Amino acid sequence: MTDARTAILGRLRAAAGKDVPPAEDFTVVSPRGWTAEHRLERLRRMMEAVHTEFLDCRGQDWLGPLRDWLIQEGVPGLIYAPATAIGRRLAAEWSGGVPLISYDKAMAEWKEELFAQSAAGITGTRGGIAETGSLILWTDADQPRSLSLVPPLHIALLDVNSLYDTFWQAMREQKWAAGMPTNLLLISGPSKTADIEQTLAYGVHGPKRLLVILVDQC
Amino acid sequence: MAAAEFRDAATRALADPQLRANFRRAMDGLMTKRAAMFADRDEWTALRSLGAAVRARSLLQLPELLERLEAKLTENGVHVHWAETVDQGNAIFKQILSRHDATRLVKGKSMVSEEIGLNHALEADGIEVIEADLGEYIIQLDHEKPSHIIMPAIHKNKQQIARLFSQKIKDAAYTEDVDRLTGLARQVLRRKFAEADAGVSGVNVAVAETGTLVLVENEGNGRMCTTIPKLHIAVMGLEKVVERLEEVPPVLSLLTRSATAQPITTYVNMITGPRRPGEKDGPEEVHLVILDNGRSRVFADPQLRNTLRCIRCGACMNHCPVYTRVGGHAYPGVYPGPIGKILTPQILGMDVAGDLPHASSLCNACVEVCPVEIPIASLLVRLRGEAIRPEPGAVKGAGSHADPTEAWTWRGWALAYRVPALYRLTTFLLTRFGWALPGRMPLLKEWTSVRSRPRFASQTLHELARREKVSNQ
Repeated sequence: MTDARTAILGRLRAAAGKDVPPAEDFTVVSPRGWTAEHRLERLRRMMEAVHTEFLDCRGQDWLGPLRDWLIQEGVPGLIYAPATAIGRRLAAEWSGGVPLISYDKAMAEWKEELFAQSAAGITGTRGGIAETGSLILWTDADQPRSLSLVPPLHIALLDVNSLYDTFWQAMREQKWAAGMPTNLLLISGPSKTADIEQTLAYGVHGPKRLLVILVDQC
Repeated sequence: MAAAEFRDAATRALADPQLRANFRRAMDGLMTKRAAMFADRDEWTALRSLGAAVRARSLLQLPELLERLEAKLTENGVHVHWAETVDQGNAIFKQILSRHDATRLVKGKSMVSEEIGLNHALEADGIEVIEADLGEYIIQLDHEKPSHIIMPAIHKNKQQIARLFSQKIKDAAYTEDVDRLTGLARQVLRRKFAEADAGVSGVNVAVAETGTLVLVENEGNGRMCTTIPKLHIAVMGLEKVVERLEEVPPVLSLLTRSATAQPITTYVNMITGPRRPGEKDGPEEVHLVILDNGRSRVFADPQLRNTLRCIRCGACMNHCPVYTRVGGHAYPGVYPGPIGKILTPQILGMDVAGDLPHASSLCNACVEVCPVEIPIASLLVRLRGEAIRPEPGAVKGAGSHADPTEAWTWRGWALAYRVPALYRLTTFLLTRFGWALPGRMPLLKEWTSVRSRPRFASQTLHELARREKVSNQ
């Protein structure tokens, strides 16, 4: 449709004005000057308001508490990404009780199983945003997109030292524009909908539950 | 769609108490929640100015930004297509799908896909299109169009949805429990996501700098449609582009808070290309269809161009006294409410939708809440003028509502106000013999069809003033 392209751009160019673009003042989306405590408190409050669950593992290793939590909740298995830092620790140090399943092949090879049988997936995060209560997820060859999407329970590790005040601050300080992944995600809770009489219901297409594990370092 | 259709549909909607109750309740809730989101007036003013500046800047550089977007997307491995018309848009979809032998589609919510009538066009070719957004899924089951751009099934209550699900979903028991209704849809649609050959999505913002398509959603259906099938086709109106990634946060903040009073949606997807080597999932091919469908004509007029700032938050319809009373189905085209009243006549033509700009009391509520400062009321007035201008103009179908009787009446009115003797004669005649004007005469009959006929005073104001000896100051 080269003709359509030429015609559309031609019409737009013919009409484009020579006005000076208005200035943009980004102060309103800039860092708020919040303390680390306030950032964490706010992120937690915002995310809990939309049914996110938290497991506070600051000052201790997260493997044991996670295992206890999974057993307590009756989660039958945990899918992990073996090439990530979290995946390597799980593979090396997991003490059993809940079976680990390695996401080590293309999705197409086990799509049926993933959709029909998966219970939980664990991922890392690149930080959090306090203002909106959001997790930042990069997906890549090591951390597949479906790991945080298809299983009904998504577990995400969040380093409390990687919190930002605002979305704008996070993208600038992490220099996203210099190289975006295939899929960059902000996740702010479990899947939800209000399409029936504006009544909130959780777990419509994505995960029904989101557990955030707070750690000092991953 | 005929010009009188809005009027007739609105009359029918007004007589439906259930529909009016459903909308009233929903819009009241949305207005209250939105107001709480923007309780800090200074923050609202600053954020809104930034949002308006971002959108205005985008439009000023629109052709350059679209070319940069295309170049960057192509570099990222995304195929870019251009469609001047609805038919071209559908043809592009068909070509891509037939190349992949794709016959099963899942679609995330996209108003542009509604605009081109994608489902209808593809179903005619035997392709199954499943709407995955819960609201869209509900209305697809009932063969309806969205009644709201954000909450497509807002016109239905849960009893109606419960009945629909029990009739249309296999083995579904009747339930009015919202969690169980949602669970039913989840069950059906997860199967569809896993089996689909292709996923279709809209785009909320496209970033020229990085070649990124941004998509906001709460359900995860957008993620499913853009992640699970091997093929992803996105479609957007040509106005959606912004220059830089850092312009995205203010636009999204305004969008989600204005639309549903959420600080952010559950998911913000930033898609920058197909699956890369070594990645285990994600579509192998990503396409973007850029649709014109009359937008470049809207762009040509410096005032009307402001229509294209719209970020489709729906706040204008949530606050519109007309929309709240007649609902979204009364409007021709796919965009109801105030934004539809200015956009639809420009896209479909004044001859088709020229009565829409009149479906407003110009109360300005939409202008006050618009997060990107679109002067909707001024544009409504401008379009009213375009509808009756004596000769064709910038807007498609301009002048099609020109009425000689009305034009001559206004000419006479203007003359009477210029010539004092004529003014005095006219007012004298109207006060003495105005009662004799037949109620069924042109221009008067519309008024008298639903109201009693206005009665002229027996003396003019001037005469009364003279009698009371009010000095002429």
